[in-house]
Amino acid sequence: MTAMLEPISELKLEGITKRFPGVLACDGISLQVRQGEVLALVGENGAGKTTLMNIIMGLYRPDSGTISVNGEPVHFRTPRDAYARGIGMVHQHFMLVPNMTVAENLALGLKQLHHFMWLDIKGAAQKIRDVSERYELPVNPDAYIWQLSVGEQQRVELVKTLCLGARLLILDEPTSALTPQETDDLIERLQRMASELAIIFISHKLNEVKALSDRVSILRHGAVVFHGQTANHEPSELAALMTGHDVTLPRNEGGGPPGEPLLSVKNLRVRGDRGNLALDGLDLELRAGEILGVAGVSGNGQREFADALAGLRPVESGEILLEGRNLANRSPRAIIDAGMGYVPEDRQTEGIVPSFSVKDNLILKDFASRQFSWLSFLRRKEIDRNAEQLKERFDIRCPSTHTATGALSGGNIQKVILAREIARGPKALVAVYPTRGIDMGAQEFIHSQLLDRRREGVGIVLISEELEEVMNLSDRIAVIYKGRILKILPAVEATRERLGILMAGLADPDPPAASVHPSAGAAHE
Amino acid sequence: MNPEVMIYNVLSLAVPFSVAILLAALGENFNQRAGVFNLGCDGIMCMGAFVGFMLPYSLKAGPLAPYGNLLGVMGALAAGALLGLLFALVTVTFRASQGIAGIGLQMLGWGLSGTLFRHFVGGVTGVEGILAMPIPYLSRIPFLGGVLFNHTPLAYVAFLLVPASWFLLYKTPWGLKVRAVGTHPRAADTMGISVDRTRYQALMLGGAMAGLAGAYLSLCQARMFSDDLVAGRGFIAVALVYFGRWSPLGILGGALLFSIAQSFQLSMQVWGIKFPYEFAVMLPYVLVIVVLALARKARQLGPTELGKPYNREMRF
Repeated sequence: MTAMLEPISELKLEGITKRFPGVLACDGISLQVRQGEVLALVGENGAGKTTLMNIIMGLYRPDSGTISVNGEPVHFRTPRDAYARGIGMVHQHFMLVPNMTVAENLALGLKQLHHFMWLDIKGAAQKIRDVSERYELPVNPDAYIWQLSVGEQQRVELVKTLCLGARLLILDEPTSALTPQETDDLIERLQRMASELAIIFISHKLNEVKALSDRVSILRHGAVVFHGQTANHEPSELAALMTGHDVTLPRNEGGGPPGEPLLSVKNLRVRGDRGNLALDGLDLELRAGEILGVAGVSGNGQREFADALAGLRPVESGEILLEGRNLANRSPRAIIDAGMGYVPEDRQTEGIVPSFSVKDNLILKDFASRQFSWLSFLRRKEIDRNAEQLKERFDIRCPSTHTATGALSGGNIQKVILAREIARGPKALVAVYPTRGIDMGAQEFIHSQLLDRRREGVGIVLISEELEEVMNLSDRIAVIYKGRILKILPAVEATRERLGILMAGLADPDPPAASVHPSAGAAHE
Repeated sequence: MNPEVMIYNVLSLAVPFSVAILLAALGENFNQRAGVFNLGCDGIMCMGAFVGFMLPYSLKAGPLAPYGNLLGVMGALAAGALLGLLFALVTVTFRASQGIAGIGLQMLGWGLSGTLFRHFVGGVTGVEGILAMPIPYLSRIPFLGGVLFNHTPLAYVAFLLVPASWFLLYKTPWGLKVRAVGTHPRAADTMGISVDRTRYQALMLGGAMAGLAGAYLSLCQARMFSDDLVAGRGFIAVALVYFGRWSPLGILGGALLFSIAQSFQLSMQVWGIKFPYEFAVMLPYVLVIVVLALARKARQLGPTELGKPYNREMRF
């Protein structure tokens, strides 16, 4: 061990520049954060936030610029060096080994517990208890990571980072997988901890930035475009600075007569991967020209519901009626041909073939149609024409339609999928987390596309955990909890609080007098 | 024939049969726990068998003759570790596909050992090998004594390695690192663990144990060397790791089950039971396939990054 270093009280970055082949990821960035302060670092995907943090942690080396701790320049080669100076990071994707316990995960990083042929696991557990008591972050050191909820894992990450001696915490989009309640809870805890720590909070959710941070720095295309006190600026102002133009996410203004019933799901029961009944009697009705939001904490049957609708998972019992035809347990091909469009949850592996070109991904569902094939030969010219046309219409930003789709950004991959699904003219469209991890520009485009389809009379099932998105786009919102629809309410009656409480499985706090709500009472305790 | 005698015969034959696959599978388990599956295990066993045979054979007449067997075992361990190192270089440093590299290593070990044997030795030649060492008192227990305590020293070592590898994996810092780099290498990296170094170490240990398994075959079981001595046992060892769900105890169970089936089919031939022996020979292998197919999949416990090279600069 090196001599004890004084605890970190200030971190300063000056002129940090990092180039990757063909990309300038960080362009002369200067930042500063002190003890007792929360700095929010805001920017769209690809703005260079994570690269910058990886440079601070010693995972990447900057091409130029200096990092100094307490006024003294430092050169970190590995995360261990950063931890030695009291800098720790909670990554967006949790850095926890799922088949090990909480204590074992901590022990990985605590070299003083590593003895020859013996691991002091009790020492690790004790350290976790001390820290979790001190910062009021309850954690059970003997639990296996895979048994914990996402919120609990988040707490484990915080405790782990503090146990490793971090006094400056870097939190990379810490709320992206949390429920609204868990998010509020986390923000409250961080506020309490902020007095004795320094925190860099990375996010693009501006209401959280507003709630937590003292100062905000905005990154765009690798450069800092704004520094300021959070209190003096409105979220809309920050959003405009972040994207470089005014952003107004489109809203569903209602209107239009309610359409004919289009899709009705009756008493659907579907098993999950572990053999449990992930959907246990789900009922839902969708009308033409309607967006029906399905809100819920992920893991309450959304995946299984979407899979069943697309024909990717066997249906135990129940019906999926599209215009009166039962599609339950039909093949994906039959369901596609019946007029069902599908924007899957995992766009990289289910939505596209990553190594295929953009133009080939655009005909993935229609390669055998008359339009694109002749005597089982592909009609290349027609495929090219189709691709160019869709690229234009859906604003797909790619070097050419021959580019491998997997090389595009998340937003552009999603546009490819949406283009394919919409161009087929579906009657019903199932969109699962359509803007997860996508920047605001692309989000705006995808939202307006969905609203346009609604106006054209397409019925859309929008499965999402982003309350903002569900509330902006839906006509009605169904809350899914433990494989059932707990309640359906008109979007105009929904508030963040009300949805949050329903998503947690609790009874509606403010039930409108006339409506009935099945099974809510049972879920209360 | 008396059924008790029949059972005794089957079991006392099954225990020595299980030693080589047990040793190799325990070693392969370290590889897989660290996220690398080494199909070349079989080739390493061939080289281990050859080196284990060659050293005592060539030292037979010299002053080192009394240490021939010991040197043979040490040589087999070293040769195995060296081939493990080679495999680590190819799959960890150069990030080659593990499946293909493993097949290559298998062919290398098999071909090289056979060629060297023909060049230096030629025909079938025996060595004295390592003799059985009955454990005093214990070996005289009726029934169990003959089944469990009347074997060569390497057999005892193999069975002691079952709790030893459990301890190493679950109770030591090194085991913790191995399990971490096989399941979530990036997490290990952010905690200051060198993923590459840990995988190198695991592959060398696994290689050394495969080498020892080979030496057991040539020095204790056959007391000779030939091309087909290993006869695919390395592949059985790889299957046993899956079979045992990456737990040393599970691997022991699998190794015993396979060996009992093996010894049962041999005994059937000895007893003269009218059954086509071609099918009898298939029995243990069919058993492994059936059990593998029917076994409950416990995904939470295994090394989920098995087979994937780690690259820090690669994004999600």
